[in-house]
Amino acid sequence: MNNITGNPAFALELNELTVRYGPGCPSCGESPESLDRNRCPVCGSVWAVRGVSLRAREGETLGIVGESGSGKSTLMRALHLDEAPTSGAYFLDGGEENLFGVSPRRRRYIRDSLLGMVYQNPYLGLRMFFSSGANVAEKLIAAGSRNVRGMTERAEYLFRYMEIPFSRVKEPPRNFSGGMQQRVQIAKAVANNPPVLLLDEVTTGLDLSVQARVLDLIKRVQREFGVTMIVVSHDLAVVRLLADRTAVMRDGVIIEQGLTDRILEDPRHVYTQTLVNSML
Amino acid sequence: MLKIKELSKEFIMHIQGGVRITSFSGVSLEVGGGSLLAVTGPSGIGKSSLLKCVYGTYRPTSGSVLYESGSGGTIDLAAADDWELLALRRAEIGYVSQFFHVLPRVSATEILTEPLIARGVPADEAGETARALLRRVGLDRALWEMYPATFSGGEKQRLNILRAVVTRPRLLLLDEPTASLDRGYKGRVIDLLLEIKSSGAAMLGVFHDRDALSALADSRYDMEAGRLLPAGGGATR
Repeated sequence: MNNITGNPAFALELNELTVRYGPGCPSCGESPESLDRNRCPVCGSVWAVRGVSLRAREGETLGIVGESGSGKSTLMRALHLDEAPTSGAYFLDGGEENLFGVSPRRRRYIRDSLLGMVYQNPYLGLRMFFSSGANVAEKLIAAGSRNVRGMTERAEYLFRYMEIPFSRVKEPPRNFSGGMQQRVQIAKAVANNPPVLLLDEVTTGLDLSVQARVLDLIKRVQREFGVTMIVVSHDLAVVRLLADRTAVMRDGVIIEQGLTDRILEDPRHVYTQTLVNSML
Repeated sequence: MLKIKELSKEFIMHIQGGVRITSFSGVSLEVGGGSLLAVTGPSGIGKSSLLKCVYGTYRPTSGSVLYESGSGGTIDLAAADDWELLALRRAEIGYVSQFFHVLPRVSATEILTEPLIARGVPADEAGETARALLRRVGLDRALWEMYPATFSGGEKQRLNILRAVVTRPRLLLLDEPTASLDRGYKGRVIDLLLEIKSSGAAMLGVFHDRDALSALADSRYDMEAGRLLPAGGGATR
């Protein structure tokens, strides 16, 4: 129809992802409306994510909001290939290879080279007892770097970029404050310039002023790395600051998605209206 | 350049018992390049909502918003997908909101250079454009590198206008752009908007004050009457 949106391929495309914990049964398999929120009353299976489809264009930031238990983190683990889905298809960069069906070796390559992940809990993303520099180097080595000098330079650049004093590169992250740990996690996640960055509640639990610095850093990465980002948060203010488009999740299902300003100012679903009206 | 046909917007408030609120209905109007159409009518009649329906912040309930884009033919903004709207906002459509949402910790200059740099303008050239505009609307030089959170209403408003015009949009939506400006600054802003209009942009605006309305408007659509009225008079009551 027209060419205003440029490259027509999606940087990230997820089709009908479902993640079920438990065996499933004819009752919940055939009629999802029989679920009690996300749990089957007959067989006890939990449908953590149900039929979720997402698309993001290159350089776009997609926000995902929802309360705890809505399936946001399961979705993120699936996007990082840490979670074997029950069904669904996942493509990057307009490719035709369903990433949920690849070999373990290929999966490792994708995770190390094409994806970056930052967790709410830095213990999940960092080796707390290794030096911060080694944490970044580990990611570089995983993607095939062998040149020590090149890696040192890259780490130095990233630490400066994330405003972590390079003098502390030999210290383990456990010595650092929460905000600084998140900055080391971000350095590690973007070390290989991945086209897709996944951020799961990265500022939750930080003091407001520390949160502001981490958010500013994410905005800079967004602007200067041209990376496609998926940002999960329960905080609409974070999503408003970062995301071009936003999806609202509840009980494992996306109930509404669209332009972030439209979700905030013209929410259509009863749950989104409740969420927006709960904002301070 | 912009042709609105039978546009309506209704809200359904699910958390207040499913009440339906009609913001406006049956609006049809046309704005050509190089002209400004003022939308008038009493407060609460849906003037701001109409602008938001064009910008995409509200999804219209029915009707169409046909926009002749510079790069991709005619697009119905009422039916456009998110990516089309994002691309048009980046490249062609500017919106001066009634209330300025300050981005935290971004300086006045950066607010103006960022959209330019995002479009590939070199940083030093973007900086020059930004400073020329700041000078032009008389924003005190001491504020240029400051965060606007502490700016006065009039200072914020001038910055808000500059943010929308810095990329020279083809379609400009103005929601009371001069409401909190005193006389001198109002004149500067009107001059700037006149220049953008004469360069061919189509403008749709809501105006609180008569000076701006009479200086800028080529035609007037009254939402209460539901039709075009003579351009003179009719500032928001």
